[in-house]
Amino acid sequence: MDISEGIFYTKEHEWVKVEGQMATVGITAYAQEQLGDITFVELPETEKSVKQFSGLCSIESVKAASDVYAPLSGKVTEVNKELETSPELINNSPFQQGWIAKLEICDLNEKVNLMDSAAYRAFLEKI
Amino acid sequence: MSYIPHTDQEVKQMLKDIGVCSLDELFKDIPPQYQPASFNLPEGRSEFEVYEHLKRLADKNAASLVNFLGCGFYDHNIPAVVDALAGRAEFYTAYTPYQPECSQGTLQAIYEYQSAICLLTDMEVANASLYDGGTALYEAGMMALRITGRNKILIDGGVNPIYRRIMYTYTTNLSIDFVEIPVSHGQSTREEIYKHLDDKTAAVILQNPNFFGAIDDHSDIIKRVHQAGALAIESVYPVSLGMLKTPGNMDADIVTGEGQSLGLPLSFGGSYLGFLATRKKHVRKMPGRIVGETADKRGNRAFVLTLQAREQHIRREKATSNICSNESLCALKAIIYLSVLGKQGLVDLARLNFDKAEFAKDTLARIKGVEVKRSSPTFNEFTVCLPRDSREIVASMIERGFNPGLPLGKYYEDMKNYLLVCVTERRTKEEIVRYAENLEAVLWN
Amino acid sequence: MELIFEESVRGRKGLRLPKCDVPQAKDISGRYKREKPAQLPEVSELDVVRHFTRLSRMNFSVDTHFYPLGSCTMKYNPKFTENIAKLTGFSQLHPLLPQLLLGGMLTQGALEVLYNVERLLVEITGMTEVTTEPLAGAHGELTGMMLIAAYHRDKGSRKKYVIVPDSSHGTNPASAAIAGYQTISIPTDKNGVMDFKEYKNKLNSEVAGLMLTCPNTVGIFNSQIKEICSLAHRNDALVYYDGANLNAILGKVRPGDIGFDIVHLNLHKTFATPHGSGGPGSGPVGVRKDLTQFLPVPKVIKRPDGTYALEENRQKSIGRIASFYGNFDVLLKTYAYILLLGKTGLIEVSEKAVLNANYIAVKLKKYYDLAYDRICMHECVFSATRQLANGVHALDIAKALIDRGFHPPTIYFPLIVKEAMMIEPTESESKHSLDRFIAAMRGIAELSQNNPEVVKSAPLNTAVSRPDETKAARELNLRWIA
Repeated sequence: MDISEGIFYTKEHEWVKVEGQMATVGITAYAQEQLGDITFVELPETEKSVKQFSGLCSIESVKAASDVYAPLSGKVTEVNKELETSPELINNSPFQQGWIAKLEICDLNEKVNLMDSAAYRAFLEKI
Repeated sequence: MSYIPHTDQEVKQMLKDIGVCSLDELFKDIPPQYQPASFNLPEGRSEFEVYEHLKRLADKNAASLVNFLGCGFYDHNIPAVVDALAGRAEFYTAYTPYQPECSQGTLQAIYEYQSAICLLTDMEVANASLYDGGTALYEAGMMALRITGRNKILIDGGVNPIYRRIMYTYTTNLSIDFVEIPVSHGQSTREEIYKHLDDKTAAVILQNPNFFGAIDDHSDIIKRVHQAGALAIESVYPVSLGMLKTPGNMDADIVTGEGQSLGLPLSFGGSYLGFLATRKKHVRKMPGRIVGETADKRGNRAFVLTLQAREQHIRREKATSNICSNESLCALKAIIYLSVLGKQGLVDLARLNFDKAEFAKDTLARIKGVEVKRSSPTFNEFTVCLPRDSREIVASMIERGFNPGLPLGKYYEDMKNYLLVCVTERRTKEEIVRYAENLEAVLWN
Repeated sequence: MELIFEESVRGRKGLRLPKCDVPQAKDISGRYKREKPAQLPEVSELDVVRHFTRLSRMNFSVDTHFYPLGSCTMKYNPKFTENIAKLTGFSQLHPLLPQLLLGGMLTQGALEVLYNVERLLVEITGMTEVTTEPLAGAHGELTGMMLIAAYHRDKGSRKKYVIVPDSSHGTNPASAAIAGYQTISIPTDKNGVMDFKEYKNKLNSEVAGLMLTCPNTVGIFNSQIKEICSLAHRNDALVYYDGANLNAILGKVRPGDIGFDIVHLNLHKTFATPHGSGGPGSGPVGVRKDLTQFLPVPKVIKRPDGTYALEENRQKSIGRIASFYGNFDVLLKTYAYILLLGKTGLIEVSEKAVLNANYIAVKLKKYYDLAYDRICMHECVFSATRQLANGVHALDIAKALIDRGFHPPTIYFPLIVKEAMMIEPTESESKHSLDRFIAAMRGIAELSQNNPEVVKSAPLNTAVSRPDETKAARELNLRWIA
């Protein structure tokens, strides 16, 4: 399974890349594969404040709907507008062009609740 | 008669193949102490006996009264072709079209129905049907709450009281703030609406023509509703849309209505048809099934159920509605009806209803003591004020062979003497004149 | 195929309206009027007939194909009951007539039908009273949830949760949520029933009710049902019976006798009123004695003099859940169906439905994995995991069945069975038609092993094959545009 190094993961298969106080959030390759062809992303509103592991937005595929949870608490500063017209970016490039939102991080210590790539790989193997 | 084909020989063979000795053994998961305390039903009868029984019951109903009763449920002509086609077993004995390859017939018909509802209302998208006009209006209200994230709904007192009651019933357990805009003698005022319209308001619900048959143009209200960040929901009568300004043109956000008048018999209240249309931007918040056009793997036009991720079978407790079975066959009847009625037919039908109702107004207005309300134009239904409680007058008219309309005191305290009268294309000039003569006799003899 | 709109020819008409026999009225002001006529089709009656006849022939239906769609009870729909619904004494009756002074006496036949249907359903379910108003199964569920809320409200409490097993229909959690409850999902144990221990753990004083399908969606009757109900009652939670699978137990067990408090039935399933391509349905709700006060109005009652009337004022009623008394034509068909079959006939229904399902289970388990290998009730659930090893999914098997002239079983439900195929043959099918289906399934299993690509390319014999659902959802085309 495709896993990106140097970033953090949740048990709900979100990833987060931390750069200073900024976090970029998306769903993993495993998650998009489970969902199948993604048809719609209901992007969060910018300025929305989210708590760690609370609902950030939702993603729809043909036969499924899934909530995306915030890996870290923070405020949404930017969303990936490309997804409005090209939701398939998440299928094609989950870790790069398929990013969903950027957050201004509240509390970096929350990282302890996340997995690194090695831990996530082990987690996936157990599923 | 139980329509079961098994012979004794086959049952024996099947039990043997299964590896059990008796049918009872197949029910061994049901503990013996669970046996029914009683199952006291009559024994089966032949078709002919059951027919006689039901025919006798049918004949006890006064279905042949000359009908001037409407209230959102109308006595229109139904062309024979509607039942002939909807009565094809390939439609009525099929299930929901989950397997597109063996349900293209149903899927395309629903797509055509959705298209026709959009064309009638001037809206962008419509769903595949809801239960009836009342529950459709409730769904529209819920949809507005989801879209706006607010929790207050203003509902005009001119909205069908049956629908309003349904709305209140469904929302008892939820914290929704309903404000009913009072009507005085059949009309509310814009000031009253604006007084309650604020930044907590999710939707304003209006009806056109309203329950009293009054026609309005709600464009100005809807503009104000939008300025407040709320949505405008319009409940409409589809036949009237052959003539009246469309909700789409008034800039409504969600449109619902009762589809019974589109080829369905009155049938003592059902099966009916709720329709719901909206703007494309709200489609993902819409309840109910939706059919979309796509291409199959050979590139041919094909139809499928789409946007299913909104629905209960996928989203479970987060679905936009709990609806599963809808009124598919009724929607089929509606599209067949609208197809055979056609573009000019709808215009002519609406005009016919309007002209007959106007004639009835003029005729009734000539009776001493009868006041026809003319403060607003009306479509095919209108109110008359009688010299005394209209309930008793109705009873006398029923005895004379008329179903004369609805005494409004039942729903509006200040309208005890009022009668809501409906005239569709089925009523002839002669019947209208006779109705007036009988009313006059009841009032003054 | 062309859309009816695309068959339009300007100026063509399909219907002649009655001539206007009154003077033309003065027009209303332009601001109230429609600007342009709706672009409805301009076609002849024959155009309409050909169009919809052609469409009908693109459908599979019970009358044309074996339709073993699990959970849906696609039994034969007697022609007789269709005729009954068309009797003009019923079909032309205005629903508001009985609400007028004197009108009740002029609708005695219709009110008697409602009353009799209710009494028959009471006897079949073992409940005290039934409302015929709910217009579909899910509508019955929502009514049931509102009754639960009314019950607790009446006692001055407002509980928070409704328990549903993870094998339940999606309508269960959706109905609970819409009525304002949060749902608690209970897993299924290895025997295919709700995990009792987990249920006990989750049950608390904040649980308002529990929704159960019985037999459940994997076709198993839970022998512990009485204990489950009494445990709920000890916590003052009500137990709701989802009647989707009543066909399995007609005359064998009644929900009211074993502790259920509220029941809904699906008349379009168990009582053969047809499914109509997805409705109209009918979902009457029955309740135990102390809940009757909350039932929706109006309610048909029989007066001491033997006449029937509508009762509008029940102080504690939840109110009004539909415009009138239910889908009356569906109720009529149900009434006729029950009268035709009678007691013995209805018992025979459940016996032969269960016989047929077990026959299929036994005959096919060599070729497909049974999700739960045991005697089942009216339906059996297979998993296509064995075929998946060759890349063949439940979906492919479904499509291959279409080519062979069978409507597929329900697939991918219940969600707890991987690659699920849920088969409900109903009592209507003969051994001969079951054998033909079994042979087709066996053939597909063999083909999945020897030549999986062929299975994956199905269907080949249909007007369309594997429509692109992703395209449909991404490039929304939901209506015809001129």
